[in-house]
Amino acid sequence: MTLVAEATRNMSMIEAINQALDIALKHDPAVMIFGQDVGYFGGVFRATEGLQQRHGRERVFDAPITEAGIVGVAVGMGCYGKRPVVEIQFADYIYPATDQIISEAARMRYRTCGEWWSPLTIRSPYGGGIYGGQTHSQSPEGIFTHVAGLTTVIPSNPYDAKGLLLAAIESDDPVLFFEPKRLYHGPFDGYHDKPVQPWANHPDSAVPEGHYTVPLGKARVVKEGEAVTVLAYGTMVHVALAAAAETGIDAEVIDLRTLVPLDLETIVVSVSKTGRCIVVHEATRTCGFGAELAALVQQHCFFVLEAPIERVTGWDTPYPHAFEWEYFPGPARVGEALQRITGI
Amino acid sequence: MNYPLNRTGLHVPEALSRPADEPSFSHVAIPPAGAVSRPSIDADPSSMRDHAFGLIRVLDEDGQAVGPWAQGIPVELLLKGLQAMQLVRAYDVRMMRAQRQGKTSFYMKSTGEEAVAVAAALALDRQDMCFPTYRQQGLLIARDWPMVDMMNQVYSNSGDRLKGRQMPVFYSSREAGFFSISGNLGTQYSQAVGWAMASAADADTRIAAAWIGEGATAEGDFHHALTFASVYQAPVILNVVNNQWAISSFSGIAGGERTTFAARGLGYGIPALRVDGNDFLAVYAVTRWAAERARDGGGPTLIELFTYRAEGHSTSDDPTKYRPAAESAAWPLGDPIARLKAHLIARGDWSEDEHAAMVKDAEEQVRAAGRESERFGTLKEGERLQAASIFDDVYKEMPAHLVAQLKESGL
Repeated sequence: MTLVAEATRNMSMIEAINQALDIALKHDPAVMIFGQDVGYFGGVFRATEGLQQRHGRERVFDAPITEAGIVGVAVGMGCYGKRPVVEIQFADYIYPATDQIISEAARMRYRTCGEWWSPLTIRSPYGGGIYGGQTHSQSPEGIFTHVAGLTTVIPSNPYDAKGLLLAAIESDDPVLFFEPKRLYHGPFDGYHDKPVQPWANHPDSAVPEGHYTVPLGKARVVKEGEAVTVLAYGTMVHVALAAAAETGIDAEVIDLRTLVPLDLETIVVSVSKTGRCIVVHEATRTCGFGAELAALVQQHCFFVLEAPIERVTGWDTPYPHAFEWEYFPGPARVGEALQRITGI
Repeated sequence: MNYPLNRTGLHVPEALSRPADEPSFSHVAIPPAGAVSRPSIDADPSSMRDHAFGLIRVLDEDGQAVGPWAQGIPVELLLKGLQAMQLVRAYDVRMMRAQRQGKTSFYMKSTGEEAVAVAAALALDRQDMCFPTYRQQGLLIARDWPMVDMMNQVYSNSGDRLKGRQMPVFYSSREAGFFSISGNLGTQYSQAVGWAMASAADADTRIAAAWIGEGATAEGDFHHALTFASVYQAPVILNVVNNQWAISSFSGIAGGERTTFAARGLGYGIPALRVDGNDFLAVYAVTRWAAERARDGGGPTLIELFTYRAEGHSTSDDPTKYRPAAESAAWPLGDPIARLKAHLIARGDWSEDEHAAMVKDAEEQVRAAGRESERFGTLKEGERLQAASIFDDVYKEMPAHLVAQLKESGL
């Protein structure tokens, strides 16, 4: 095998996703991409721009506005032998498809003892911080992490987005791939009143042009620290880093990247070192994924914990429009939790 | 349709006869056999309105095959169909009894609907993929899938290919082109369309066929499937088995009072054929028509199979609580086995003696399969499956948390 120096380019998250889809279409003739507005127009967020022109209408096409139909049809295609990659325009609109996701895609391999399976990837823009109000801001991951048979992935930067998406598409299990839309064009740490930074200035925007994968089920320690472990994913990774920098608290920030299957080992190693743990997510608190994280940390790290596990999350309300920044768990709220838990 | 309408308040559809009443099928119009034309396979759906509101019938009251849908069905195929339907009936009787004997938790018969599955199976290629509901066991039997294997699934015994994970009758056989059955109604309808779209994208000649009951047409997936099938002109046959009852709800509650289920296809631009579901020849002929149309690139077809659920919904149901006990006997389209038998006798290709021997042979085949299957155990007796396998196949590879739970379970 010849080693070729891989060219890298600074990309936004949306460019990285677009390139992952392009590579998947090139690599595997079984890949088919469809969803609302993804064909000719290239997607309302431009994730599929140019793909129909390059790969043809029979592989990249527009779908009727029917989330349940999109996923149901994809399940059937998967059972034929295709590898469908479908888009739900906003995660807020995934609910009509939940019967097909939960009752069908997630259980196909189990109920047939492997006779059929669902090698499908459901991409969906996700999360708040964009004045999206109640139906353009939600973080419904907790609904799906509760379902046996699903893999739930949430990237936080362009490099991971491309590598995780290629791994998701190549997985023979159904994957929900939630893309924090607030991060499409630049990292966002919750300081909504400061100018938006483009990805080009961020080290994780250096993306190899070719094919690579980031393994599913593996977390990443984004920042090492000794005082407290912060478990985060998506936009909250950047918020946690900002809160740590601002408070000066030596936090270890872990980007979970995949929620199920979870990289418990990385979490336990970290909390065993720091003795403290904060869980941060945008989603509402009660029965959110943070509850599972807190329970696991409590179970596996009980004797090293020096303080109660904290959860900094969205409030248990629908996502409001005008009060976006009172709802969004920004760096101030995460910083307060860091100070509380460390007593600093 | 001729259903009474309440004009003074909320109209809630009500079955015309209930347990204490004489059975009434006054609302069912039965046109004579042979009356509906046979369009060319590339006919425009808009020219086929009568096919969605009429009733395609081949066998007349004297057992003669008449009209344009009667042509070109070889007698060997009819005999094969008769035998398969008889096997389905004998199989259903035995498994119902097995449930009453406690050998399994649950069973669902397809009595009266045997032609719906068997004739379709014989009209399709074996490579065509069927997306059935829980009441098309005839597809497996017509495709000569071993009854022992089906019984093993019903018993969840040590020979069950589905390892005891699925309720009885939720069969799955990729090899037989019989898609995995789900408890969630309607979901397989859009999956069939997706399978057909994938086949079309590969320029494959295989087509898909889906089944749904008239009750489940009220599910959203029915609409999603028809939309996708029409938009992408998917090579799929969309069968609606209208057996008049969805558990205790008569077809009016599903929306059947003011129009036919076939007619729903027309609104999507899908040609729709309404057929006598107890007429083996008619079901075979319309399925062939739809299959040829799909293979010719002509897109989807909707077929309403007008039939009657002759027995209870399942072993957990008592139909005498919501309909007259004699209603089944009063059903004007008769019994699919009796009608095909009469036809074969009328044309001189069959006899009462041969039929009696075939019935006996079917019962013997089922008995033999039953003995063979019970050697692998039944739900609560005999050799059991390994319980530890409940952790397999959730994912392709077992993730760490399931490895931990397997260990914790002690299985």
